[in-house]
Amino acid sequence: MIRVQAEPFDPGAEIAAFTDTSGRVGAVATFLGLVRDHQGAPGEDPARVQARIQTMTLEHYPGMTERQLRTLEDEARARWPALADVLVIHRHGRMAPGEPIVLVCAASAHRAAALDACAFLIDWLKTRAPFWKREDTAEGGRWVEARDSDDAAAARWTRPESD
Amino acid sequence: MRVLYFAWVRDRVGTGEETVEPPQDVATVADLMAWLAGRGPGHAAAFADPGRVRCALDQDYATADAPLGTAREVAFFPPVTGG
Repeated sequence: MIRVQAEPFDPGAEIAAFTDTSGRVGAVATFLGLVRDHQGAPGEDPARVQARIQTMTLEHYPGMTERQLRTLEDEARARWPALADVLVIHRHGRMAPGEPIVLVCAASAHRAAALDACAFLIDWLKTRAPFWKREDTAEGGRWVEARDSDDAAAARWTRPESD
Repeated sequence: MRVLYFAWVRDRVGTGEETVEPPQDVATVADLMAWLAGRGPGHAAAFADPGRVRCALDQDYATADAPLGTAREVAFFPPVTGG
């Protein structure tokens, strides 16, 4: 299931509702993305971390967002037929540091499909879902630049043509 | 044709949406970007470096050399930064 919404969500309640306790599912893998309070690339020296973020605004392309996320879910289900269920919740609009932005859940009988599908979904979402982040700091707002490391993370899921 | 702009592309153009009727010889995404850039200083700033702008035709990603075909909705935006 795909949900795109402005409203905050409760990750614990969402994961509990998603979790099939019938005995059919043996694994639920989750990824929760939160708003950071600072700018800077992964691994950057914290002393160099730039201005504190006051709010983050996520713009999206209504219609195309849902369409791309559904395609993503279809692709995950095709790659991992053992997947029992998928949930992607992504927020848009203005949010504060610490607030959840995105939740990805994948369920399967055994852990491998759930873990791999969860990683695939967030990696592909980051490079394909039409969302744009704007950070507002005391010095003003700025659009977040796309990162090569995100492209590299998504590329590891690209299958060879012969596959 | 309906053209949508998002994020800093919209900021530079100065509007999120407009309806345009490009001439017949505007056949590809790259052609359309070049033609739109001539509409005013905001458009020119948005498309100054076309390599930084991504496109979708009827809500599917399209490369610069893609033909516009019968697309009714064209969107221009920066590389995505969700998640």
